[in-house]
Amino acid sequence: MRYLPHTQEEIQDMLEKTGHSSLEDLFASIPADCRMNTSWDLPEAMTEWELNDHMAALAAGMKVNERSKVFVGAGSYHHYMPETVRHLMGRSEFLTAYTPYQPEMAQGTLQGIFEYQTLTARLLGMDAVNASMYDGASALAEALLMGLRVAKKKNKVAVSQAIHPHYRAVAQAYLAPTSYELVELPILEDGRTDLSSLTDMDDLAAVALQSPNFFGVIEDLEQATQVIHAAGSLSITCFSEAFAYGLLKNPGQCGVDIVCGEGQSFGLPRSLGGPGLGMFGCRQKLVRNLPGRLVGETKDLDGKRGFVLTLATREQHIRREKATSNICSNQGICAMTAAAYMASLGRTGLREMARLNYDKSEYLKKELIKAGAQLTFSGPTFNEFVVHFTDDFRPVYDRLLQKNIVAGLELGTWYPKLQSHYLFCVTETLSRQDMDTIIEEIKA
Amino acid sequence: MNKTPGTSGLILDEPLLWEKGKPGRHAMSIPSSDVPAAPMDESLLGAEVDFPDLSEVDVVRHYTRLSQWNFGVDTGMYPLGSCTMKYNPKINEKHAATPAFAAAHPMLGDTHIQGVLQIMYELQHFLAEITGLDAVSLQPAAGAHGELTGMLIFHKYHTSHNSRRSKILIPDTAHGTNPASAALCGYKAIPVKSNARGMLDKNDVAALMDEDTAGIMLTNPNTLGLFEQQIREIADIVHAKGGLVYGDGANMNAVLGVVDAKKCGIDVLHLNLHKTFSTPHGGGGPGAGPVCVTKDLEQFLPVPRAVKEGDTYRLMTDQSQSIGRVHGFHGNFGVLIRAYSYILSMGAKGLNMASQLAVLNANYIRAHLKDTFHLAYETPCMHECVFSDKNQHDYKVSTLDIAKRLIDYGFHPPTIYFPLVVPGAIMIEPTETECKDDLDQFIATMKRIAHEAEHQPELLHNAPSRCKVKRLDEVTAARCPCLIGTAQADD
Amino acid sequence: MKEIDELQLPEDLGYTDEHEWAKVTGDTIRIGVTDYAQDQLGDIVFVELPAVGDSFEKGDECGTLESVKAVSELYLPMSGEVVAVNTDLEDSPELLNQDPYTNWILEIKPANSDEYQELLSASAYLELLKG
Repeated sequence: MRYLPHTQEEIQDMLEKTGHSSLEDLFASIPADCRMNTSWDLPEAMTEWELNDHMAALAAGMKVNERSKVFVGAGSYHHYMPETVRHLMGRSEFLTAYTPYQPEMAQGTLQGIFEYQTLTARLLGMDAVNASMYDGASALAEALLMGLRVAKKKNKVAVSQAIHPHYRAVAQAYLAPTSYELVELPILEDGRTDLSSLTDMDDLAAVALQSPNFFGVIEDLEQATQVIHAAGSLSITCFSEAFAYGLLKNPGQCGVDIVCGEGQSFGLPRSLGGPGLGMFGCRQKLVRNLPGRLVGETKDLDGKRGFVLTLATREQHIRREKATSNICSNQGICAMTAAAYMASLGRTGLREMARLNYDKSEYLKKELIKAGAQLTFSGPTFNEFVVHFTDDFRPVYDRLLQKNIVAGLELGTWYPKLQSHYLFCVTETLSRQDMDTIIEEIKA
Repeated sequence: MNKTPGTSGLILDEPLLWEKGKPGRHAMSIPSSDVPAAPMDESLLGAEVDFPDLSEVDVVRHYTRLSQWNFGVDTGMYPLGSCTMKYNPKINEKHAATPAFAAAHPMLGDTHIQGVLQIMYELQHFLAEITGLDAVSLQPAAGAHGELTGMLIFHKYHTSHNSRRSKILIPDTAHGTNPASAALCGYKAIPVKSNARGMLDKNDVAALMDEDTAGIMLTNPNTLGLFEQQIREIADIVHAKGGLVYGDGANMNAVLGVVDAKKCGIDVLHLNLHKTFSTPHGGGGPGAGPVCVTKDLEQFLPVPRAVKEGDTYRLMTDQSQSIGRVHGFHGNFGVLIRAYSYILSMGAKGLNMASQLAVLNANYIRAHLKDTFHLAYETPCMHECVFSDKNQHDYKVSTLDIAKRLIDYGFHPPTIYFPLVVPGAIMIEPTETECKDDLDQFIATMKRIAHEAEHQPELLHNAPSRCKVKRLDEVTAARCPCLIGTAQADD
Repeated sequence: MKEIDELQLPEDLGYTDEHEWAKVTGDTIRIGVTDYAQDQLGDIVFVELPAVGDSFEKGDECGTLESVKAVSELYLPMSGEVVAVNTDLEDSPELLNQDPYTNWILEIKPANSDEYQELLSASAYLELLKG
């Protein structure tokens, strides 16, 4: 096996040194009743070339693939990825390093993560951003737990029903064994969250909205945060499409206390939904309650600038059961990728690209309405929106699939009331011609 | 033999991203618009985000220079105990980047994505085979996430048996994630002391285990690199009181093909694909922490999971006792592909051989260094060995100094000051992918450092001296945290 | 780290086995950590203080001291209500390293002044440290 460097002769020499009679003898301390004594049902080892063929066959089994035009976002977005970012982040000095516990030989990772924290803080309008969480969904769960930690004596949190259903499911799973209560807030006709019940609720530690929400609708974060603060709760904003904040007012500007969301749009492939990037930030006063790791700037013995992991006493390896989270890793290379992507876009590029996403989705929205579709929610949207059709859309969907176009996501699975309503997403990767094909098929 | 890889070379400085660039530069092509500009409600509009404008060359030089300040497994030996820094095969990267897999959308119907579902289904099967357990969820995104998933399963299991339990037993050698994960589920961690041989004693467990205790979380081999020989009896004690046994599979790399988790009495086990199954650590992540369980606990696993019906793969969500979801989609799928690719490359024999050589390498280092450094426990070790700085105390040299001096010689230091039960611990896990020549070089270097400690301790106190930076002021970093940069993009 | 005989242990204080000291200051009691505690913890980087007005029982956890890689809980040596906290420590936690006796941490109004008599004398505390 090419990953195992030992020659038979070396093995013999080494066994002699350790005082073992054979490789099996190394395991003599393992009791007989713990031993594996059946042989595994695993395929025979493949050569690199056989493995290539095997993977190619699996790839061929993907009906929807890299050539498909996918008008679906719903938490996972297709954006252009510059080759530079892929190339740089494939450098093994980044990829094959561990968590930067020895800062002198990990300054690349540390400066890179510090830059990620900084650019993300600027994007979201936050004072502090951590080195990242697993994904948007777990980031939401951690944000709710953080809200409960900060509020101490309150034991309830509220989440909007317009938050990605999977994010809510994860939050529910995290909170299930605790004594905390999770309530859901209904959706108004414009697709925004109904906050009218907040005034009747006491002991609410935090309220979480998503903006743009699962339906693409942009919440009025400023207004909502005022209502949430008036109810004595912390305001949490989550998001699944980071590009939105290239165009929209950021949550910090709207007074939000904790921001959490998915950063996949910034240079990560969809890859069946993972690995993603849980972006997580907060106001200065909440910093010591942040979950996850943080990189800080400092100086070395000679006074030279350098970076280290810091405020580690919040974390599990020191505070154990009293830690702010059990998380031990971050999405390291994904966070670095997002930083390289943000840096590649730059101030002007981010704005232009976000604008392009907005304009294109507005174009499709308008054309669909002209073709007879009705808008489900009247609120303003970013690059996603929901429509429904008077006639059954399924045959059109199927015909488009034959043309390698995935025309939206039917929402009945997640919202029974939205059976036959379709969530469409348009990013910069889809052309006017692709959109016109959909319209033509509807009219056909 | 006194040659070491550490030397000095030209290191280029590089400012922070926002300290370079000029407004108007681009590092990414922006498509021109083929649709009319749409009107937008001005009240929603934010200011342009204060990112630096850089050229493509700016970005490329920036990250290339940063990468040169880093040390990875591809750079050299990385014997971090408990972290299993084995070689990360390059072919796995290629397969993870397969365009059809990279483009797979997580919300689409099963028929659209058969290829990736087959990978999930087969990987679930492989991991069940390898551990001896029955069913697998691939959702947890890291080891600690797997632990949380396991604790959620414990909680749901006890609730379904109308039992509310408030405590959990955790050995004093455990990773900090164990008590932290248990605490998230409301369990109070009850520490179990390890004995003079560095292992758990069944009598200690029997004395603590009661019907208010949900079970035990243990790592086997434990974090001292020792196999818990009484695991079977301990599991029986826990089961007899209605508890469950959680196996932290962080050290699975030692026992592939040797140990059957189910026969050890383990009910739930997580695997770290970024350790045992060779996926890269990425400077901190992403990892993957699939959870394997016995048949009895399958109903509690997160949904969805991949199943096979005839020739078709599908995502199964109908599982009424499930704890729900722990990840937004299907876990770190890109990492799963790498592990799948690794298992197919190694085969059963290769995996078993990897464990044998991992244990051989650790024992070889142990045999060579035990007369130089103080060995924490005499018990035979598995894939890692734990020393301490006890022999160097007289020279006022600490574990930290020894670690920093190793950097000058071109090695990544071992894990230090963990596990906590060994003061000044130096925990060495060479992994199977280090060859004898490199082990010999490492051993010679450790001996040389021990000699320096005695005769020139200042060399250790002042180390490292060959990196971009010297020792960093962590105290000021924590007293006055500077977590984000302040300079403007166009300064 | 200091040798045991290098430690400063003023005679006019009461000590606990959790390495805190208490000093009678009129009607109130000032509380801090000992020279041994600050030396063991190393550079203190953060002090978490209770709120004025909080009440605690003897032995309750009422705050934390943090170094770069360790956290140490502060346990109240006597029951009482917090009447003042040393806010200088919020910005300058290093004061505890510089002089752990001048730099008190909090002041309580004791619920039961007799509890002071239960504390260790300087010599008894020294014996405890010597093990």
